[in-house]
Amino acid sequence: MNLGNPLVNISIFGAFVAVTMVIVLRASRDNRTAADYYAAGRSFSGPQNGTAIAGDYLSAASFLGIAGAIAIYGYDGFLYSIGFLVAWLVALLLVAELLRNTGKFTMADVLSFRLRQRPVRMAAALATLAVCFFYLLAQMAGAGGLVALLLGITAPAGQYVVVAVVGVLMIVYVLVGGMKGTTWVQIVKAVLLIAGAGAMTVWVLATYGFNVSSLMQAAIDTAAAQGVEDPEGLIEPMNQYGATALTKLNFLSLALALVLGTAGLPHVLMRFYTVPDAKQARRSVVWAIWLIGLFYLFTLVLGYGAGALVGPEAIRAAPGGVNSAAPLLAYELGGTLLLGFIAAVAFATILAVVAGLAITAAASFAHDVYASVVKDGSPDPGAEVKVARRTVVVIGAVAILGGMFAVGQNVAFLVALAFAVAASANLPTLVYSLFWRRFTTRGALWSIYGGLGSCLLLIALSPVVSGKVDPVTGLSLSLVKDTGVDFALFPLENPGIVSIPLAFLLGWVGTMTSRPEPDHEAKADEMEVRALTGAGAEGAVDH
Amino acid sequence: MTADHRPPAGAHRPPAGAHRPPGFDEVRDSAEFVALRRSFRRVVFPTTAGFLAWYALYVLLAAYAPDLMGTRLGGSTITIGLLMGLGQFVTTFAITMAYRRWADRRFDARAEALREQITGGAR
Repeated sequence: MNLGNPLVNISIFGAFVAVTMVIVLRASRDNRTAADYYAAGRSFSGPQNGTAIAGDYLSAASFLGIAGAIAIYGYDGFLYSIGFLVAWLVALLLVAELLRNTGKFTMADVLSFRLRQRPVRMAAALATLAVCFFYLLAQMAGAGGLVALLLGITAPAGQYVVVAVVGVLMIVYVLVGGMKGTTWVQIVKAVLLIAGAGAMTVWVLATYGFNVSSLMQAAIDTAAAQGVEDPEGLIEPMNQYGATALTKLNFLSLALALVLGTAGLPHVLMRFYTVPDAKQARRSVVWAIWLIGLFYLFTLVLGYGAGALVGPEAIRAAPGGVNSAAPLLAYELGGTLLLGFIAAVAFATILAVVAGLAITAAASFAHDVYASVVKDGSPDPGAEVKVARRTVVVIGAVAILGGMFAVGQNVAFLVALAFAVAASANLPTLVYSLFWRRFTTRGALWSIYGGLGSCLLLIALSPVVSGKVDPVTGLSLSLVKDTGVDFALFPLENPGIVSIPLAFLLGWVGTMTSRPEPDHEAKADEMEVRALTGAGAEGAVDH
Repeated sequence: MTADHRPPAGAHRPPAGAHRPPGFDEVRDSAEFVALRRSFRRVVFPTTAGFLAWYALYVLLAAYAPDLMGTRLGGSTITIGLLMGLGQFVTTFAITMAYRRWADRRFDARAEALREQITGGAR
């Protein structure tokens, strides 16, 4: 099946790239200091940054994946989006303002504020790089999958080319535009994505007389007509997750990682440094919550709309499977042109997200590892930004190669893994260092390495890596394609339910078994006062 | 949106030799700061506990009481689970608005007063 016109899809995407490239070039003029390059001179307003956060956070997985999951599994897809939204309250209440007041560029700034600089920075940078790497790989593989669906390219060579194009564009955006350019790309993308999804939502609702109950009834009817077993299951929970006690536990584990992971995602945290003060950081999150919440309400309508107008079996049969629900719905509603728009927006989404990840990883390497650990806090003037730019190129190359390797592999678990690492390695240490005065260096190191290590180990020993076999086809559903290899000792696909409590516990035990640093009292006083009052916080750069 | 609204550095600094700005240790022990920290924590800790508990309840009901969540209301396809899910959106939006209102009205001015004590008007 070949949908729409690849030429239209590519032209609209090309227009997006051209417009954002002009904006990025204009934005690059003021990139002089580290604060310009990493934090856009801290000159974005709360509403601008909130829109960029939505652009950074709403990945292709959440747009195509959630709409598709709702179309095929119904209610369970909706459960996903609730975790993604509620999580923002953690960022709003506990993290955003305090982080903005005590840090400069990275999460490690806050974690190492009153602990021993080098070991804590190193640990925090490793956790940051791990999250960015997993997330980046998932996005790149997603780009490869998307071309199969939208451009009709299924040959691996064609998908490699697309992965390389996405990687090169990402390098150019971040290298030239820095944080300012990246932010504008995210803002433009967020506006297009939310406007496009909003227009389709109104269209679907209008088709059913603005009656949600009739829309859902139509989804059930279409599913029944296409021979889906238990079409009523579309409006009941546990259609997807509810097979066994184990799959339910898996779902709980995912729900926990989603709600606690968001406020520990390094590329989200870094966005709070692009505004002039804590009040604007607060406004950013308020805007982000409204936009993200609105968007997830749209996906609910789009998911059931795709179920009703296209039907679950037709979606499953399309190239791209679950992910094709939103594009198929766009084609059903508005033909070639709307499909072209949605396809371009999906690519723009991947581009904006990978750019945000690349600048976060580069900042963490240059600021935390190079400037603070290698050069002991006093790098040569200008050297740090130079290192950051080189890191961007390296990260781009790694992302392209990794993306080529991951295309066609079953890497959907990588996003869940990134959230699990963020919730286990980053969030506990962040909360402890902001709210627990006694917290020590050992507590931080045990918590970060314990959370990171347990996540990686449990994933390696889980069914996503080996031993999961499709009962019908007999084919492997794991990363290791040989069905004879099975070292899945840990039964869950999401490590969060074990690794998150473990990281909190390790932070506590590590702290209770060690002494605070010699200058603990003074540093703790300073951090506490600065976090709440904003005294001494990094201000905006004047040009 | 830049730092234009802030007074220039040193605008409100008292004449030389009048008062040394208090150190972080003194501010931390001051009655104003202790009160500010208490009211901040009194707002964010119970709210966090509340929305996490409400989210946990929702997730646990979806996993272990799917029949209850799948109960239809009247003759429609609207279920209890859908309403509870939409309820999560409503509470998230409500908490966001309430917190912003509280912070703008009750928190910012007090934090700013302390900040000015420390920095002598500058930042």
